[in-house]
Amino acid sequence: MGRNVAVVGVGHSRYGVRSDVNIGELAWESIKKALEDANLEQKDIEYFIVSSVGGWSSEYLPAVVIGEYSGLTPKGTARVEAACASGSAAVKLAYEMVSSGTVDIAMAVGLEKMNESPTPVVVEFIGRAGNYFWEFHNFGLTFPGYYALYATAYMDKYGATEEDFCKVAVKNHYYGARNPKAHFQREVTIEKCMTSRYIAWPLKLYDCSPITDGSSAVILASEEVAKKLTDSPVWIEAVGEASDTANLSKRDDFTYLRAARLAAEKAYKKAGLMDGYNMYKYFDVAEVHDCFTIAEVLAYEDLRFAEPGKGIELVRNEETYIGGKIPVNLSGGLKAKGHPIGATGVGMVAELTNQLLQRVEKDRQAPIKNGRALAHNVGGTGHYAYVTILSLSKPNGGV
Amino acid sequence: MSREEKKTQKDMFDEQMRQFESFVENMKESIGLPTFPDMKTGVLQWYDQRWITTRFIISVEGIKEFFDKLLDGKFVTTKCRKCGELYFPPQKDCPKCMASDMEWVELSREGTLLTFTQINVKPYSFAHYDDYIVGIVRLPEGVSITAWVRADDPSKLKIGSKMRLEIVKRDPEKYVTYEWVPVE
Ligand SMILES: [Zn+2]
Repeated sequence: MGRNVAVVGVGHSRYGVRSDVNIGELAWESIKKALEDANLEQKDIEYFIVSSVGGWSSEYLPAVVIGEYSGLTPKGTARVEAACASGSAAVKLAYEMVSSGTVDIAMAVGLEKMNESPTPVVVEFIGRAGNYFWEFHNFGLTFPGYYALYATAYMDKYGATEEDFCKVAVKNHYYGARNPKAHFQREVTIEKCMTSRYIAWPLKLYDCSPITDGSSAVILASEEVAKKLTDSPVWIEAVGEASDTANLSKRDDFTYLRAARLAAEKAYKKAGLMDGYNMYKYFDVAEVHDCFTIAEVLAYEDLRFAEPGKGIELVRNEETYIGGKIPVNLSGGLKAKGHPIGATGVGMVAELTNQLLQRVEKDRQAPIKNGRALAHNVGGTGHYAYVTILSLSKPNGGV
Repeated sequence: MSREEKKTQKDMFDEQMRQFESFVENMKESIGLPTFPDMKTGVLQWYDQRWITTRFIISVEGIKEFFDKLLDGKFVTTKCRKCGELYFPPQKDCPKCMASDMEWVELSREGTLLTFTQINVKPYSFAHYDDYIVGIVRLPEGVSITAWVRADDPSKLKIGSKMRLEIVKRDPEKYVTYEWVPVE
């Protein structure tokens, strides 16, 4: 077992169409805040990992561009890619570096500037996120299209409706409207969602997360260093991860994401949480990967917040609002806060750290009782999955 | 409207880009820089004066039999001679038993629809097509095949229905591929 690792500083830019900043400036917004939050300087950061997928943006080597702009040069760095879960991969790798004793302080920076390219080009890039030759080149699947394959199968098996999915959008916009960092800070109605045009049948415009620019940063430190820096460390209790086939045709069942299930099992096992389908009871709040509304429903089931097929009932009964069984995506989620691909996973950890420390806006603050929160971050269409558990209590038997 | 008159998503996007580029070109001529205010927020943007267009060159040497047979009207894939594992898409090597000794076997042409969608907002390189339906069909042999489904209305398709694979020439690119056809 490795050393305990704490989140000692977080930063989160405003997400949205950020035509007002370039890549270096956008990253600096988060890096500066994270350094100030941790009361550290650039020289204290021993290694920084940058999660960014790119292709749609101009800087081909974002890690060094960010490093130069933010004064992190000549510290060691690398860019990591795990599609939409790149951010969680960066956090995981930074966590392992600190846990193993390789470094005492590491930073994960997530960044994406998607709006440097026109929308059809971005659609092209994300559509290629699977098996390029056998699924994209010949049949032109898109990212909404891949998740629509899951939505169609889920609706057929469990009787969920398009209106059910729209309720996820309504909830996440409700909280997005209360988050000044969110891409969409306005509520939507069921009617507005139901009458929006199809993007990939049966998914409509309001079932989909937007094309977003944004950055986020977290600083991780060993227990010894964390004790000196802060009275309120948030510990990384466990990380679980898994992957699935590039070709969706190699999967047997389109009503759950196998990688997400495996990642959850792994994280729960590491944290010693081994119950049935009421895992929500251990957590005060969760951020889950709602790139599309169907994905949030799959997340409830893959995380065992509900039995297979019953996730949609959590939506219908509004059990994932504050006051329900478990508040989910109080940031607005990918749906309303936005989904700057490489920044998303780091942004989840930043958001949950602030939730646990009760530092977010009052009307979207979860009541903190268990002192534990969960981030569920999926890359591609269940191609990669990471589940990260954060805790106010020190792991490995400490207090 | 006839097919000729109907504007595709590609036509509309290309038209938008032409307008945008001529706007930026005019700005550049008048001020000497390719800069312009963002339409929504007014913040200053630079229009990239370099560009990239790329098509990849992908090796199919290891699975060329697939394409040879497709041209003969046959739909084949690889099966490991040593351990019997069946692969689709076809592949040259068997990671299951570490051998690289594959035989080419013909697949059955009828299967069951596992799931499907219709692509309404298309990627740029598919934007010249009308909305198309993509389905994943399970064959009795236990492998599944992703392809277009020859149908117009997704709400009339049913999961579990029978599909037949047809080898077709794709317009307008004029290359041979395959698609699913609902069995009445
Ligand atoms: Zn074999």
